[in-house]
Amino acid sequence: MANIALDDDTAVVVIGSGAGGGTLANELCQKGIKVVVLEAGARESAQTFQNDEWGSFGQLSWLDKRTTSGSWRVARDFSGLPAWICKTVGGSTTHWAGASLRIQDHEFKALTNYGKVEGANLLDWPLTLQDLEPYYDKAEKKMGVTRTNGIPGLPGNNNFKVMYDGAKKLGYKDCHTGRMAINSRNRDGRGHCRQLGFCFQGCKMDAKWSTMNSEIPMAEKTGNLDLRPKAQVVKIEHDKSGKVNAVVYADADGNLQKQMARVVCVAGNSIETPRLLLNSESSKHPDGLANSSGQVGRNYMRHMTGSVYATFDEPVHMWRGTTMAGIITDESRHDPARGFVGGYEMETLSLGLPFMAAFLDPGGWGRDFCRAMDNYANMAGMWLVGEDMPQESNRITAHASEKDQFGMPVPNVHFDDHPNDIAMREHAFGQGRAIYEAAGANHIYPVPPYPSTHNLGTCRMSAKSADGVVNGNGQAHDIDNLFISDGSQFTTGASENPTLTIVTLAIRQADYIAKQMSMKAI
Amino acid sequence: MKQTPVEVNAPVALTRRRFLKTGSGVLMGTLMATGGTLAALAPSRTWALTMSALTDAEGDKLLKVTRAIFPHDTLDDAVYALVVKDLDAAAASDANVAKLLRAGLQDLDQRASGDWASLDYLARENIVIKMAGTDFFEKIRGTSVVSLYNNEMAWAHFGYEGASYDKGGYFDRGFQDLNWLPDPDANASPAKA
Ligand SMILES: Cc1cc2nc3c(=O)[nH]c(=O)nc-3n(C[C@H](O)[C@H](O)[C@H](O)COP(=O)(O)OP(=O)(O)OC[C@H]3O[C@@H](n4cnc5c(N)ncnc54)[C@H](O)[C@@H]3O)c2cc1C
Ligand code: SF4
Repeated sequence: MANIALDDDTAVVVIGSGAGGGTLANELCQKGIKVVVLEAGARESAQTFQNDEWGSFGQLSWLDKRTTSGSWRVARDFSGLPAWICKTVGGSTTHWAGASLRIQDHEFKALTNYGKVEGANLLDWPLTLQDLEPYYDKAEKKMGVTRTNGIPGLPGNNNFKVMYDGAKKLGYKDCHTGRMAINSRNRDGRGHCRQLGFCFQGCKMDAKWSTMNSEIPMAEKTGNLDLRPKAQVVKIEHDKSGKVNAVVYADADGNLQKQMARVVCVAGNSIETPRLLLNSESSKHPDGLANSSGQVGRNYMRHMTGSVYATFDEPVHMWRGTTMAGIITDESRHDPARGFVGGYEMETLSLGLPFMAAFLDPGGWGRDFCRAMDNYANMAGMWLVGEDMPQESNRITAHASEKDQFGMPVPNVHFDDHPNDIAMREHAFGQGRAIYEAAGANHIYPVPPYPSTHNLGTCRMSAKSADGVVNGNGQAHDIDNLFISDGSQFTTGASENPTLTIVTLAIRQADYIAKQMSMKAI
Repeated sequence: MKQTPVEVNAPVALTRRRFLKTGSGVLMGTLMATGGTLAALAPSRTWALTMSALTDAEGDKLLKVTRAIFPHDTLDDAVYALVVKDLDAAAASDANVAKLLRAGLQDLDQRASGDWASLDYLARENIVIKMAGTDFFEKIRGTSVVSLYNNEMAWAHFGYEGASYDKGGYFDRGFQDLNWLPDPDANASPAKA
């Protein structure tokens, strides 16, 4: 492991070690570039992960204060927890489910293909599926995605059997155990999945890819990585010319440190990334760093989500095995005849008894609630995840008065569903219900959105600098040596789970940064 | 945060007077379940919960309120006692919580025009339901939704098997044993490694 001095201004500083930051850091280190990774969370491992929902929640989640506003139901049900994401080395890849899907060609051109949608701030990505294909290949190989690179699919569990039966009876064509960054066979020095059923709690088998168990150890082997856990960045600084040159962070003891930098890459996930830019305002950047467009923090997307759980006369035991055990992709097409633009995926999901109680009907109680819980062993479940509309008014702002433990304004997350999101959710609830009824369900439970797990779009890519914050390489329009390296870059959300694309963009960005550095452009 | 079963201590060893001195009590009960996994988790059929801020009468009443909000007819009192344990702990560390709980319990008696706890369970439930939305109700609901379902006795009751790593996961323990529906195609769900 490298030991990079605080006043060394030759290294790339990466903020956050999740899907974007962890991957970018490793890719840069492999090219011989020195990297400092500043990660707010502590370092855990397969040994320290817990097969215990609430215990793990306390161990891995980002629990710093956040506030919410807007008409979305999360603001009512979980007012202090707008997002369910991580603060730990490896970020949210420690407890992601592993679904790894490519964004489709038409989704990269949302404005062109969907047309203007009232109230939505749609835009085409400044890059295409073709541009990304070689990098998607690399990402799938790196992550060991099943059903790619000759890797067999995972065996389906009981929850999948129920989904599959209903899907076939409804005439859906594309239902299988998914493309998962989970080893179905031993690979890359990591064992195969033993169907523990605690994918959301950190995989104790290391069968599931995370930057914690793959990218970061690989980067450490190069000798080019200086990883600092429990280092929470509070501000990015710039020199007189306007180029960023340092970041200020609170170390494990809460003392402020300043790390000089040649390049700064921000990958704190789509709430912390814009928050950091907004909190880094200066006389030169009065509205926040890289915010001449006014788009920093705007166009916050979280995917249209919802779940459908159903109970049956016979046992299911859905908690046994991979949390996300299968998928139906038939609805992820663009077909406005359904009453909305864009599409959605249907993916099995299971929650353990403790989380089922918390999420089944937030705020719920009484006999109906108890009847559902009484039938927990006979329950199957799926998650619905689709493209939501970017809206300028859905945004992350720095709170006017509330401060965090370091004295920095806390982020407020404002979100209103777009009518398109609502129409899509209604459709998805209907289809989810139909699937389980076809499989013989006796009761159906439509479940409202959980706190956001997919947070996107708050520093989006755009061809024109007026429309977004970064270009197609994630480079800030305003500042050449500042990069956004996480899901904040997404121009639109698409219907797919985002992480494969975040990793793909990070691999591509590493090539670009290395080239720019060798050309001395940055 | 996971809770182990209520400690079963010998209630007889503690004299009534001692509780009165501290103003707190011991909640006692007997397991309904005489067989099965739940009973196996408890070292003995009687259980007791030492309270630190609330009296045993208050604890008993809170247990009944919790049952009324989350009425699982066959779920043992011992599991509901875990909610009381957490409410008592909250009351011990925050005087406002103690005040809130005591006022709520008095309110119940007022609504019942007498001793709410002595009514039959449906009558009790009907009164509690009308308190939905009050701080008292929300405190108990919010505590219960975690405490009631986050312990091994509840898991045994509802059939949830919980942690699996120590047992090698569910790989050889039934993750695909559902047999009341046909098995998916091998393309859709390949054989396990
Ligand atoms: C329960 C769950 C299931 C999921 N399942 C899937 C799935 O199946 N498929 C899929 O594609 N996606 C899934 N996701 C989403 C996936 O986890 C995220 O898309 C992905 O991890 C985001 O990558 P990121 O780099 O943007 O942020 P993260 O992975 O969240 O990493 C951000 C890191 O930055 C750190 N950080 C933030 N601010 C600072 C700061 N100021 N200073 C220092 N460090 C900071 C954080 O501590 C964190 O470690 C899931 C998420 C959750 C929560
Ligand atoms: S089910 Fe598989 S991937 Fe998920 S935590 Fe268990 S071993 Fe890991």
